[in-house]
Amino acid sequence: MNAGSQEGVGVDCAQVVELITEYLEGHLDPAMTAEVEAHLAECEGCQVYLEQMRQTIGSLGRVPLGELSPQVRAELLAAFGAMRGGPS
Amino acid sequence: MPPDADETVQPSPSSPASRLRYQPEIVVEHGPDPGEPPSADVVLLDRLRRGDADAFTSLVDSWSPVMLRVARSFVSTDASAQEVVQETWLAVLRGLDGFEGRSSLRTWVFRILTNLGKTRGVREARTVPWSSVDDSEGGGRTMDPSRFRGAHDQWPDHWTPLGAPRRWVPSPEEAVVMSEVRGLVAAALDELPERQRVVVSMRDVVGMAADEVCEALQISPQNQRVLLHRGRARLRQSLEDYYRGVTPS
Repeated sequence: MNAGSQEGVGVDCAQVVELITEYLEGHLDPAMTAEVEAHLAECEGCQVYLEQMRQTIGSLGRVPLGELSPQVRAELLAAFGAMRGGPS
Repeated sequence: MPPDADETVQPSPSSPASRLRYQPEIVVEHGPDPGEPPSADVVLLDRLRRGDADAFTSLVDSWSPVMLRVARSFVSTDASAQEVVQETWLAVLRGLDGFEGRSSLRTWVFRILTNLGKTRGVREARTVPWSSVDDSEGGGRTMDPSRFRGAHDQWPDHWTPLGAPRRWVPSPEEAVVMSEVRGLVAAALDELPERQRVVVSMRDVVGMAADEVCEALQISPQNQRVLLHRGRARLRQSLEDYYRGVTPS
């Protein structure tokens, strides 16, 4: 494919933006992975975009999980005792 | 380098470090078996079926925080999420003897959880059908097209000078903004369309693997990726809006 004036860059920024999850998931085929990486090597805007996606994912990993209410927990443990009839 | 290197995400099929401890502490009481050692699931199931309250307590304590987060992505209040998790554990107890181990125990528990969550979400009118991904959740593009150069530009579909993303300073990992960013991301997550919210919560908040999410939600790998992509893209945009607000441009 002749990319003409685009210095051999086979995918454009708009495509990289939509491929970024497939890229992060390791789901692109090797040829497309190479194209995305070649683009990233030369495009600061897309490098920043990729970094921001990783930062977004990292921030999600810090969103608090839940905390089981003591009452629900106590009810569940009692239900286990009643249903499974353990010796303790 | 971010101070907390554990949370750095690598471009690999796996998720960020899972926050779901795969199993509570299990003491394998069998001696070394030259054949097939029993899996952690088999040992745990055996203890639960024998009425071992310690095993159940440990399981409830280690999985419930994650289950609450997933449940909360289906329903609209924390109280409803508590009820969904409670109903799930009760269903697990009732189903324990019939569970055949064709999936992992964890996958089975999350199937029950998501089914109860979906049902509850429908009742609370927070949910839409899960059967297919359509364009009602934002269409094909996740980025404002005006941020790219037009078709007649020398570089069509490349960033315009103003459209190109700018680095976030200070980065979201830095202590000065971390808690504010965490609150903002949690709020933005809550406003995602349901299917995106559920998939992003399972993958990125909880750290479940893609195939596990597909199995729990009964969606195709392709749908899973589309929902994940749209959800993450919207959340990145929320963060960008925040940084544009605090950073003088």
